[in-house]
Amino acid sequence: MDRLAPSARSDAYGSRINRAHSPTLAYCIPLLTVVCGSILSIVPIASAVPLMPPLGFITLLAWRMVRPGLFPIWAGFPLGMIDDLFSGQPFGSAIMLWSLALISVEVLEARFPWRGFIQDWLSAVVIITLYLLLGALLSGASLDWQAVVALVPQLLIAILLFPVIARQVARLDRVRLMRFWKIG
Amino acid sequence: MASTSRRSSYSRRAQYGTFTGYVVAGIGALIGAVLLGLSLWQPGSFSGPRNVASDLIVQPVGEASATARTSGQSLFDAISGYLEAGGQNAHLKKEVELARIRLAEAEAVSQENARLKELLSLTEASDRSVTVTRMIGSTSSSSRRFAYIGAGSSDGVQPGMPVRSARGVVGRVLEVSPGTARILLLTDSQSILPVRLADEDVVAFAEGRGDGLLQIRLINLGVNPLEEGDMLVTSGSGGYYEPGIAVAIVTEVTDDGAVARIVSDPAATNFVTVESIWLPETIESAEQPADAPLEP
Repeated sequence: MDRLAPSARSDAYGSRINRAHSPTLAYCIPLLTVVCGSILSIVPIASAVPLMPPLGFITLLAWRMVRPGLFPIWAGFPLGMIDDLFSGQPFGSAIMLWSLALISVEVLEARFPWRGFIQDWLSAVVIITLYLLLGALLSGASLDWQAVVALVPQLLIAILLFPVIARQVARLDRVRLMRFWKIG
Repeated sequence: MASTSRRSSYSRRAQYGTFTGYVVAGIGALIGAVLLGLSLWQPGSFSGPRNVASDLIVQPVGEASATARTSGQSLFDAISGYLEAGGQNAHLKKEVELARIRLAEAEAVSQENARLKELLSLTEASDRSVTVTRMIGSTSSSSRRFAYIGAGSSDGVQPGMPVRSARGVVGRVLEVSPGTARILLLTDSQSILPVRLADEDVVAFAEGRGDGLLQIRLINLGVNPLEEGDMLVTSGSGGYYEPGIAVAIVTEVTDDGAVARIVSDPAATNFVTVESIWLPETIESAEQPADAPLEP
């Protein structure tokens, strides 16, 4: 009898024999990365202008694009609530905007079922731009044209960072679905 | 090409599940809108959970990152110092000699100063600082400009207290939790500070523009006395800030005032001092309605 190639019994997440995914890891990694993204935005002090991209929001979008259906559509409510505690925006702004963003991704997906990364990136660009503009509008700050101009660098950084974060999320997805020894 | 497994299912259960997801997400967005309206209407309404979060998470994370940032900066300083050591050594020796001479002169001046003050029977102003602490973070992704400091109500910090660095005014305490405090930075678009020119009696308001600069609005309109490079200091009116603390330098003169750059950039600030409110009585009396009867 011919021996099977060793790789035949394994997939991208390791060997399949007597091994299984860990549910804890599979659900905790996406949650933790989004929450960490929210908290990270307070860490660097570059505070003369808003410069830091909304990392928590971009991570959520990236997870949504990489793994549709992983986050339930109402995930914007609890995750946005955590983001509101740290972002400095008035409480409720992220709850509303994150929920709306997840609904709009769902609608976009129903409208264009077959997409490549470029289309995903384009829709993320539109959503992030709207998010930053609405966030500035609803922040309680009095907006004039200088404040809007000050948003441009942040927006550019956020748009350019999206593919990087999406790639990291895809890498984390492999960690998330790693197979472990099953006992018994 | 990625596509979701979005098939129209005959299962009623699956259809109801999708529909419920949309409804719950819509309700979430609505609740968010209501909360947002509430917190725009009354900005302090959700300070409780925010304070708990900043005590639990912002403080440890911020302290650690502030320490790492400072030591990182000093590491780079050390490396560049090593590279320039020889030339700098000779230069510093010359400077130290000069400094010794100046020090002796300064001692003489300060002695004379003390003598003159005695003549005028002036007392030294008491130390107004409540606590010295580190700046541990700022909301760098929102259009509002808040920062966190590593001292709170357990150190005696109270809302309204001015916060300054060695260079000048940083902002004002807004919310206090036991271990941290949130401060409104000068560059926030809701921050207004009464200022005057350092060497003349020209008073103005410094308003944050939201892009890192301050808009200076003169109170007396007329010929604009401001020039590029003028130094603005706190005027003390309003009662929060002690007069004479550096605030900003004029960079561009406009029709009704100027655009100014803050002296104490929060990005370059590490340690800050929280000071007590300069004239609490002024603020109390300003809060009384104008038509309230006077108490005897």
